[in-house]
Amino acid sequence: MLSVSIGTVLWSSIAFLIVVFILAKMAWKPILASIKEREDSIDDALKSAEKAREDLSNLQSSNEELLKEARAERDAMLKEARATKDKIVSDAKERAEAEYSKIVSSAKEDIRNEKLAAITELKHQVADLSIHIAEKIIREELTADEKQQALINKYLEEAKLN
Amino acid sequence: MLMKTTNLKARLSSAIILTFFTGISLNSPAQEHHDDHADHQDNHSEEAGFDAGEMIMHHISDAHEIHIIGDLAIYLPVILYTEGGLEVFSSSHFYHNEEHGHYTNAAGEDEDYHFYTHDNYVMFHEHIYYRGDNEVITVDPETGAATNEAVFDLSITKSVAGVLLTCLLLVLIFSSVAKSYKKRKGQAPKGLQSFMEPLILFIRDEVAIPSIGSVAKAEKFMPFLLSTFFFIWIANMLGLIPFIGGFNVTGTLSVTMVLAALVFVITTFSGNKHYWSHILWPAGVPLPIKFILVPIEVASIFIKPLVLMVRLTANITAGHIIILAFVSLILIFGEQSATAGYGVGVGSTLFMIFMFFIELLVAFLQAYVFTLLAALYFGEAKQEGHH
Repeated sequence: MLSVSIGTVLWSSIAFLIVVFILAKMAWKPILASIKEREDSIDDALKSAEKAREDLSNLQSSNEELLKEARAERDAMLKEARATKDKIVSDAKERAEAEYSKIVSSAKEDIRNEKLAAITELKHQVADLSIHIAEKIIREELTADEKQQALINKYLEEAKLN
Repeated sequence: MLMKTTNLKARLSSAIILTFFTGISLNSPAQEHHDDHADHQDNHSEEAGFDAGEMIMHHISDAHEIHIIGDLAIYLPVILYTEGGLEVFSSSHFYHNEEHGHYTNAAGEDEDYHFYTHDNYVMFHEHIYYRGDNEVITVDPETGAATNEAVFDLSITKSVAGVLLTCLLLVLIFSSVAKSYKKRKGQAPKGLQSFMEPLILFIRDEVAIPSIGSVAKAEKFMPFLLSTFFFIWIANMLGLIPFIGGFNVTGTLSVTMVLAALVFVITTFSGNKHYWSHILWPAGVPLPIKFILVPIEVASIFIKPLVLMVRLTANITAGHIIILAFVSLILIFGEQSATAGYGVGVGSTLFMIFMFFIELLVAFLQAYVFTLLAALYFGEAKQEGHH
């Protein structure tokens, strides 16, 4: 046990060295390589998962931003639409008012014209009537005074009605 | 002669059996041993029939056979390099030719010994020598070692067989694991693969990278560190499996020496400028101190791997000795009386179970410590200057 035997040393070193070389080529190299490969792939998977999560949160925040923008745009559009509507309404009102006043003024003009025409007509009629009356009066005078007087009164009353 | 071997083996195997089935027949091994003792006296214990020390030493020492149980043993090939070239034969030739002798030691006591012979060779305490001209074997009275000329022994001993078995297991296990990595590319590990992956990751992430400094630098040493860790761990556990001959691979100095020597070679060859300047001419240290520091640093290059070697051997061997000591305890008490044997057996077995769990932990721990320190030494050699 405690004495060194050259034979044992020789055989052990040959056997052990051969085994180290065999295992290095056949076992350790492929085993360590595949362990490393697997570790790397797990690492990669974890990293890509982290990245995906980050992307997702980025996407979410960008979605939110987009939504906010859309909302703002919608608000702006609504505001603009409202302004346009108001403008259109007020324009229409203005124009309607102008039209109205124009119509009214023209109507007034027409009324005045009609009135003038009516007055002129009336004047002509009055004149005609007066001539008629005068003619009749003149004809009555020829008959009786009282009758003349009554007739004059009658005509006068008729004239007052106008 | 054949009887002797059988008796010895029966005794050892009953010890192993007792480890698991305490006290099936406590009397018989003792009895048997008494018979054995009648015509063959043990070295130290003339009164006590069972020699715990010899039994333990036999178990933790290297051998030319794998002794399973009773007569059942795997005889390993003996390979001798002699002037006549290589000689290969089965160790059964030795183990079936046991002989005995005795000599007078330095203290004047008569000591018995046994040895095995085959052709021109003698095996004494598992060392193989050339047969002596007059006497088959001569023993030095001072040391108790044989003085015959040693043969250059390249045998596949029990430890070498253990190393080969461990290597075979390593290749089988990890080629299968590598195959499942290829088959299940990018998927979660499964089966043996999922058992080994945490260990591989442990060596890579907790041992190699922090000790060596950077992923890129550690990559170069990964094959050696992983191989060393799993080799030591599997070899340690091989030594804990009963009924396969009680391997003591990592408790064999020759084996741990190979591992430590490789650590030394790799450290030395990967040492950069900073590493060598740190050892040979430490910066920022006054000149007189340098004369003290440099020899210490130079010595440390050699001491570090030596410590690695001794630590592993000592830890694993100590564990084996403790477990075997508990077995011996049962046998010693069983020799006195069966009741004592049974009584001690219960406690001893409980302690043994406890020790086995500790040894399982130590098997892992020592593999980890060896790998960690090797990685630290590599890291030191590769460190960039930052003074």
